[in-house]
Amino acid sequence: MVEKTLEKSWEQLNQLLESYRCTKGSMIPVLQQAQEIFGYLPKDVLIKISKELDVAISQVFGVVTFYSQFHLEPRGKNIIRSCQGTACHVRGAKAVLDAIRERLGLKDGQITTPDNEFTIETVACIGACGLAPCLMINDDTHGRLTAESVAPMIDKYYNNKK
Amino acid sequence: MELVKVTIDNKTVSVPSDYTVIEAAQIAGIHIPQLCYHPELTKEGACRVCVVEIEGARGLGAACVYPVNDGMVVHTNTPLVRETRKTVVELLLANHPQECLICQKNNNCELQTIAADLGIREIPYTGEKRNAKKDESNPSIVRDPNKCILCGRCIRACQEHQGLDVYAFVNRGFKTLVEPAFSYDLGEVTCTYCGQCVAVCPTAAICEKDDTEQVFDALGDPNKYVIVQTAPATRVALGEALGLPAGEIVTGKMVAALRRLGFDKVFDTDFSADLTIMEEGYEFLDRVVNGGTLPMITSCSPGWINFIEMKYPDLLPHLSTAKSPQAMFGALTKTYWPETQGIPLEKIYSVSVMPCTAKKAERVRPQLQSNPGIPDVDAVITTRELGRMIKNAGIDFKNLPEEKYDSPLGVSTGAAVIFGVTGGVMEAALRTIYAVLNEGKDIPGINFMPARGMEGIKEATVDVPINGNNVTVKLAVAHTLKNARTLMDKIRAGEADYHFIEIMACPGGCIGGGGQPQPVNAEVRAARTAAVYRVDEDKTIRQSHKNPDIIALYDNWLGKPLGEKSHHLLHTHYKEQPREV
Repeated sequence: MVEKTLEKSWEQLNQLLESYRCTKGSMIPVLQQAQEIFGYLPKDVLIKISKELDVAISQVFGVVTFYSQFHLEPRGKNIIRSCQGTACHVRGAKAVLDAIRERLGLKDGQITTPDNEFTIETVACIGACGLAPCLMINDDTHGRLTAESVAPMIDKYYNNKK
Repeated sequence: MELVKVTIDNKTVSVPSDYTVIEAAQIAGIHIPQLCYHPELTKEGACRVCVVEIEGARGLGAACVYPVNDGMVVHTNTPLVRETRKTVVELLLANHPQECLICQKNNNCELQTIAADLGIREIPYTGEKRNAKKDESNPSIVRDPNKCILCGRCIRACQEHQGLDVYAFVNRGFKTLVEPAFSYDLGEVTCTYCGQCVAVCPTAAICEKDDTEQVFDALGDPNKYVIVQTAPATRVALGEALGLPAGEIVTGKMVAALRRLGFDKVFDTDFSADLTIMEEGYEFLDRVVNGGTLPMITSCSPGWINFIEMKYPDLLPHLSTAKSPQAMFGALTKTYWPETQGIPLEKIYSVSVMPCTAKKAERVRPQLQSNPGIPDVDAVITTRELGRMIKNAGIDFKNLPEEKYDSPLGVSTGAAVIFGVTGGVMEAALRTIYAVLNEGKDIPGINFMPARGMEGIKEATVDVPINGNNVTVKLAVAHTLKNARTLMDKIRAGEADYHFIEIMACPGGCIGGGGQPQPVNAEVRAARTAAVYRVDEDKTIRQSHKNPDIIALYDNWLGKPLGEKSHHLLHTHYKEQPREV
């Protein structure tokens, strides 16, 4: 089953590359769409893009690591965006973040749970300062959080997906 | 090009209108400090050390990228300029290891020189320091990203000279590093170890792997019989590492220095360059007469060999099977020499002095072991490393007498020394091939001018009689891997009707090798090249097949070129080096 989806993804990538063939300055849109297809940018995909666009793989890797929108590792089914903007910061966003990381059992530097259920990343502001400290899980916004209240909320998503 | 008048520090000069301020300043004889700027690479404007005041302009301008215009007035030495430069360098030093005293580039570091020139006495900024992994994964090149100032010269040298793009800027902001793709080690990517990144690095972020200690150890070991060979291009560059001007011929002093360092025999790679011509020349004739793979391509440059094994494995049958001069010499030191001198093989320690970082990697090729399990060459040091060893031993190089190489593996011809420059192997081969095909008659004028010069790809033809027919032999000479790629693509596409191609990986050939003293630029290369041709002109014998000791070696020991013994000892084979990226 998984094999089949992967095969389909590569087919889509080939179509994508075909549509951008000979177009100058197409690296970033190609990377963005490739990431949409695969969920992240696997090494093989980058090598393929490098060859097809005739851009050195070192340069492609340089671009991918420059922009935070690109991801080299698989991402979880649920994306948590924890706001660390000024308003959230002064109202204890760090403690909320620590509580989430502890709940998810993430080690230093890890951002995705081993079961691929959650990926957590920090953002500078989600425009909901009145609800500080706040975060987004997928498309839902949650506000006025505390280290105590955040854990059960996460569990709900975990259970939902089950 | 239209000329414009620019006044720099009250000195007015006329310069082409496409110049930048730094180039105009050079014409005016005014030195502007520089780190990311390199005269042969695209201008980047990254380091800001070259800032100057330009009348009428807002703020300071980076001289390396600021275009000149008519009537421009520039000041390079005002309190504001000095203060700004100082701050720029202080900020660079705030994230640079303070270990100059124990650094491989101590006394030979552009950052250190600028810090000294600007009179920096303290680093007022403290903060986070980069803590990246050192890459010591390969035999040739060591990378220490913590010493990198992100000038990007290595990125550009690899891209613009070699067309390989090994490096790129990775990450952003404070976390920025210069790294190969996927932060792989150099040994895992398509790096040929040519060392052009080493040659342009202003700090010790990219250095040759230092092998001087093991050579000193061997020299100090009474049970070792230490033999040294010196590559053609070392004799015109070593002086630069020891305070002499570029292009000074220091052959005799180098031999004297090597003796004082304690080498038991001081021999010359030039001898085996002559031997290479015999084997490669006869191989070429054999291919032409018997319908072998053509064009035949030279195989002396190990950066080039790595390149073709990684990038064009389908073209490997085009490579001459003749070993490189270093490898041929290594083979002799581990077979001929112990056999004829009655020295036990295990006592022999074979060292080579090379202008090249890739030669260190060539040394460990499993194909280059005349005695299974024993490498033919035990250590390779670059010209720079020999310079350091001479200083270390307290040898007063400038005042050394001129001494001669030991016999017989130290006798060489003018054809051998020109191996050090682009076109030289081709010219040396032609001198012999022509004579062999013309009943010993010399090629007119001896010199073969179409092979010379710094043009990226040179083409020429020469008429020779083969099997009673007059054949026009088509030749091509390329230096830098970018130009090599152009020729390889032509061969792949079936558009190349050459018979013989010479390729050297480095700009200008070995005289511009990655192991040569720094700095390297067009003038330095020109001076070294001229010196190589002077050495050639001064030789009484200028054709490899006339080297009396080569003739004797064949008569007494080897047999004949392409003979059975040669086949085992002097020829090799190549293997694809697959790389993921």
